[in-house]
Amino acid sequence: MKLIAAIIKPHMLDGVRDALSKSGIQGLTVTEVKGFGRQKGHTEIYRGAEYSVDFVPKIKIEVVTDDPQIDSVIAAITESARTGEIGDGKIFVSDVSEAIRIRTGEAGVAAL
Amino acid sequence: MKNGLRNSIARCAVLAVFLLVLAPQVAFGQEEEAGVVSLEMFTVNNTWMLVAAFLVFIMHLGFACLESGLTQAKNTVNILFKNISIVAIGLLTYAVVGFNLMYPGDFALEGVFGFAGFGLDPGVDGNTVAYADGAYTYWTDFIFQAMFAATAATIVSGAVAERIKLAPFLAFTSIYVALVYPITGSWKWGGGWLDAMGFYDFAGSTLVHSVGGWGALAGIIVLGPRLGKYVGGRVKAIAGHNMPLATIGVFLLWLGWYGFNGGSVLSADPELVSLVFVTTSLAAAAGVAGAMVTSWTLQHKPDLSMVLNGALAGLVGITAGADVVSVNAAMLIGFIAGIIVVGAVLLIDRVHIDDPVGAVSVHLVCGIWGTMAVGIFSADHSFVTQAIGVLAYGAVCFPAALGIFFALKQTVGLRVSKEEENIGLDVGEHGMEAYGGFQMVNR
Repeated sequence: MKLIAAIIKPHMLDGVRDALSKSGIQGLTVTEVKGFGRQKGHTEIYRGAEYSVDFVPKIKIEVVTDDPQIDSVIAAITESARTGEIGDGKIFVSDVSEAIRIRTGEAGVAAL
Repeated sequence: MKNGLRNSIARCAVLAVFLLVLAPQVAFGQEEEAGVVSLEMFTVNNTWMLVAAFLVFIMHLGFACLESGLTQAKNTVNILFKNISIVAIGLLTYAVVGFNLMYPGDFALEGVFGFAGFGLDPGVDGNTVAYADGAYTYWTDFIFQAMFAATAATIVSGAVAERIKLAPFLAFTSIYVALVYPITGSWKWGGGWLDAMGFYDFAGSTLVHSVGGWGALAGIIVLGPRLGKYVGGRVKAIAGHNMPLATIGVFLLWLGWYGFNGGSVLSADPELVSLVFVTTSLAAAAGVAGAMVTSWTLQHKPDLSMVLNGALAGLVGITAGADVVSVNAAMLIGFIAGIIVVGAVLLIDRVHIDDPVGAVSVHLVCGIWGTMAVGIFSADHSFVTQAIGVLAYGAVCFPAALGIFFALKQTVGLRVSKEEENIGLDVGEHGMEAYGGFQMVNR
């Protein structure tokens, strides 16, 4: 099993969710996050004085999948979250040693 | 047949009501020649003055919304606490000493200082037509003026926000609104030396707004800027946390101004009250336009907070002459006030005087502009006399406020600790939060 954590632009979330549903994903977790990458921050103006917004608001989605599915899930996220502009985000993949469904106690891929 | 009867009864009823309404007016017409206002007109006048009084009260809600909206979330409880306290202090001190200092009747020191004694006393004729030619009762007179007293003090609270200790602020407010505001107010509205000279300030561009503005300027000079506002010679923005709340505040202040200016006619005079409504509205609208043009030009993007200040600038600007300038002059006064206020906010920031809500720019700078505008746009008033009035209030109010703030700084201290300023005055001064359950990331 793999954990896919993707940082995406907030307004792309609905499209990414649809794409993941189509590729067979049955659940995911969404978190509102802030950070910076190559997009860096930007400046805003308040009463004549500039201030820098160093951390840009982003959405982090986390989804755990079975190994054979991994390429199609990554493809779904990459295609649905891409605008071509700087700041589209990143996808991180890591190993997951176990998954358990709390209600039934099922473990492994059956719990996903 | 039945319908016919019903119609005639209805017609008779209408006629009876018509006669009842008309008869006193006829009587009023006859009495007016003798110079006595009828009981009906006394009631109408007095009712309008009471409506105006509660409209001025609404302005405190406006100030509370505006000031909390333009400051940080972590200081909201503190701002609101000050706003409700100021209303209480204003009303109580005005009842005990303020009213009788501002309207002493006889001056002990000719035209400068008089005191008619502690407390309220309507006397024998206080609540009859005889008190003010049937314009209002003694009680109405007091409550309308008491609402004004509190607005002068509340102007200071926004300027010193986010860094002043609560107790010394309340001490300053008590002294300023109990003594400085009514004594200086007596010079004009109490029939003192500036009134005798021909100085004109209809509803208080100088008497209320500049007096509050001088207090605000003195306060922020003694206090110093908020932490992180001026770093390495650069101006940093400390953004207000709730622009919808600030906007609601300005709408409420604008609404309250109809009582502030409309009530200052001091009767329900149909022509004057309606004229004042028109000049007040147009000046506020022109203030928005002036601030919009200036902000869009100077700052490249139109700043909502500046346009909100622009509406208030127009209102403060028209307050001195709302009943003596033409409608066109009112628009010009408001438009110029809108330009001035944006320039003043930027300039005051440039010289590193930190005024989070722009109170000095709105109330002091535009208060002075409005007072001088009477000398420019009203043929009956002198520019020089208006200037003497402006200087006289500055010469007394600013040093007085500076003295009170400095004395408080030397004795009990004026400013919260750095640690408290960082975590916010809500937790520091009050031990509570304005938005319980929300995560504050600026700790």
